Amino acid sequence: MRVISAAKVEEAVGSLFLKANTVIRPDIKRALKRAYAKETNKLAGELYRIILENAAIAKTKRLPICQDTGLPVVFVEAGEDVRIKGGGLEGVIQKAVIRSYKKYLFRASIVSDPLKRESRSGFGPAIIHLELKKGKRLKITVMPKGFGSENKTRMKMFNPTVRITEIENFIVECVKNAGSDACPPYIVGVGVGGTAEKANLLAKMALLRPVDKNSRKKHILKMEKKIYSMINHLRIGPMGLGGKTTCLGVNILTYPTHIAGLPVAVNIGCHATRSAAVTI
Amino acid sequence: MKNALKICTPLDTDVIKKLKAGQFVFISGTIYTARDQAHLRLAGLIKSGKKLPLVLKNQIIYYTGPTPAGKGRPVGSCGPTTSSRMDEFTPSLLDAGVKVLIGKGRRSQEVVRSLKKNKGVYLMAPAGCGAYLSERVKKAKLLTFGDLGPEAIYKLEVENFPAVVAIDSRGRKITA
Repeated sequence: MRVISAAKVEEAVGSLFLKANTVIRPDIKRALKRAYAKETNKLAGELYRIILENAAIAKTKRLPICQDTGLPVVFVEAGEDVRIKGGGLEGVIQKAVIRSYKKYLFRASIVSDPLKRESRSGFGPAIIHLELKKGKRLKITVMPKGFGSENKTRMKMFNPTVRITEIENFIVECVKNAGSDACPPYIVGVGVGGTAEKANLLAKMALLRPVDKNSRKKHILKMEKKIYSMINHLRIGPMGLGGKTTCLGVNILTYPTHIAGLPVAVNIGCHATRSAAVTI
Repeated sequence: MKNALKICTPLDTDVIKKLKAGQFVFISGTIYTARDQAHLRLAGLIKSGKKLPLVLKNQIIYYTGPTPAGKGRPVGSCGPTTSSRMDEFTPSLLDAGVKVLIGKGRRSQEVVRSLKKNKGVYLMAPAGCGAYLSERVKKAKLLTFGDLGPEAIYKLEVENFPAVVAIDSRGRKITA
């Protein structure tokens, strides 16, 4: 049994949210630079210049990349041989999120009751996804998820006999539906398989994979590349101004599913998709 | 940006009529923040004929909910939020005198019609660039609805605040 102190977990979660909210992901920065380099549409080009300058300002002045510092999402992969000393894992993470959001002046975007919408001092609670793994390690990934993009989430329960092209068209249609509303160029997270909630979770986790990395499964990689090309033909471009790039990457994750169904979920990530991870 | 037009508030009708979809502008002067809950309240007050906490005539409304201000700054990050959520309230605000809306993304046909009718314009600010836009805000003052936190109405003094004309006063659009 390996013992990790609650204080160490708290420190890690706090630092990860600071990093995620103020430092652009290296894979996204690379992708944006590539999009800027090949853009011939002047307005769209100017937008890429501003987006990259925004990232530089955010980093040097420790300002949030985006004012929507999101609904804090935390993915935990906990080794079965790990024990947290000095506090429960859930409590420690929630405490760390609130402390970090307060300290670094992130936005209180959470209302405690979704219908009454009264309390507005909310930094949390964070949504925590816990996965048990073999071993002694603790991996924490944070994602402050902005709701401009989250609002564009869609899912569909396809028939198991569906043609792949129908799934591909559905995913492209989801991006078309998002249009210019959710800060394109997008990262398109797709979850295929499992149950309804598993597909949605996979779609969100897909956003964590670097945009310049494709699936290792050949048939999925082929789908990713095809959908990527179809989406970029939509010519929505940054802010909807047109241009060559509407998505920076299509990331698909799959999971075994039931003989009677085929859940497909799409979670849109904006050009300021933020995440950071550490293994303790 | 070359060929960008510099405009100062208060904007008179002649300047607004000159703005064309696709044009890049830099705004200097006063703008007011308002997003979802502030819109719900303002539209409610307008509907019931009650006194408004601010004069809307000829004003600019910016859809944003800033992060708290750090030391020595008027505001934190303050990029635009999705405009379409404000669509159902926008025509009543335009009828009450608002001339310019700033946000991101698409608008409904009703908003386009109301912009035409009221000779107003819809601008898009660089989306997802809250830190960059924060640098263009020189002063910020809480005006009303303080209980709404980041959704309160703030009066901002901006300098060379960049935006693209997305729908002009003739109803012409840049985005699909």
